[in-house]
Formats: sequence, structure tokens, C-alpha cells
Amino acid sequence: MITITLHYFASLREQIGRSQETLTLADSITVLDVWQYVHQTPLPDNTLIAVNMEYVERMHYICDGDEVAFFPPVTGG
Amino acid sequence: MTIKIVDSVFDPFLEIQDFQTQLALNGKFGATSIFIGTMRDFNEGDEVHAMTLEHYEGMTQKQLEKIITTAKDKWTILEALIVHRIGDILPSEPIVLIAIWSVHRADAFEACRYIMEELKSNAPFWKRETLSSHQTRWVLKNTGSK
Repeated sequence: MITITLHYFASLREQIGRSQETLTLADSITVLDVWQYVHQTPLPDNTLIAVNMEYVERMHYICDGDEVAFFPPVTGG
Repeated sequence: MTIKIVDSVFDPFLEIQDFQTQLALNGKFGATSIFIGTMRDFNEGDEVHAMTLEHYEGMTQKQLEKIITTAKDKWTILEALIVHRIGDILPSEPIVLIAIWSVHRADAFEACRYIMEELKSNAPFWKRETLSSHQTRWVLKNTGSK
């Protein structure tokens, strides 16, 4: 079994209505599949994804214990 | 290399002065380049009364460290300081400070610009503006290299 934590930030967090959740899966899947499995909707085009605080592509496979974050384009500075 | 994420107003000039006083670089650097980003009271044709800056704690520091490390590979930098605000901000308050110390000016100028542009593109901060109408909105994207 693979257990991961999901984090959402900024406008995406507000749309989803929560900042984090835990997910347990039988096998490793991609971060894109994680989104579709949890939300049952396509991942918004401009969404950025990080695993363990490093940017990843949509086809990145998750590992047990990963911290997966979804967020809109960054606007600091 | 120092990265500070602060949740209250800071004075960028005092930050530079304090940091430089602590550096063991006296006589070693010939150039200091600084960039200060300040909150405007307008954006996209609207009056902006306040702003809230959110970030992804941990990832912010990690990404900023990575940006400085890459800059150090590209240019000869003696020291780097980044200070970035989070929380509630008012117009005319500083949002970000980048300061770079180097032997010659080209390294300081170019590294400072590079770090700022990379911060804009990769550091996980998000701005939410409060307009004069009290309506709030998320800033959807940063401007290009303006």
C-alpha cells in the first residue's frame, strides 16, 4: 500500500475547500492520475505540481510517504 | 547565503546594513547590487488597498536555496541575501529584497536580476489583492521580465 499526503494552495485550495488530505492507494500511479482519482475532473491546465517540495511533471509516479502539492502559477516578488 | 521569510514590515536598507556588518568580507567585495520590490496601490487598472501573500512553507526556502546555488554556479558571488514578506501587506511596504555581494559589478548585477526572475517564476508565493471595492482576487500570473 502507498500512503501520500495531498496539499493545495491559494485559489486551488479555495476551489477545493480544503488545504490537505491523505490518500492510500494499492499501487504507484502518476500525480496526474492522483488528481483525477481524487477530484474526478481534469487537472486545470496551468496547475503546477510538486512532490516533496520539488517540481515534477504530470507523469511523475508517486512513492509511499510522498507529499504531493497542487497549486496555481506562482505570483511572488 | 541567507534567506528570510518575514511576516511583518521590514526595512530593506536596515537588512542590508545589518547583513553587511556581519559579513567577514571587509575589503573583499567591490560591488553590491540590490533589488527591492514594493507593493503598488494599483494593478490591472484597479485600486488595490491591501494584499495577502501566502507561501508553501519549506518548499519556498528549498526553491530559493536552489536558485542561489544555480546563480553561484553561473557568477562569482561572495554573498547573497533574500528577504521576502508573507501575510498582510499594505501599499508602499517592501515585498522582496535581493542583495548580492561580488568582487566586480557584472556578477552582482546579473546574479541579482537572475535570482529575482527565478524567484518570480519558481518560488511558491501567491498574492491575493483586496480592491477599493473590498472585493478580493488572486493575482493570476506574474508579469514577464518587466
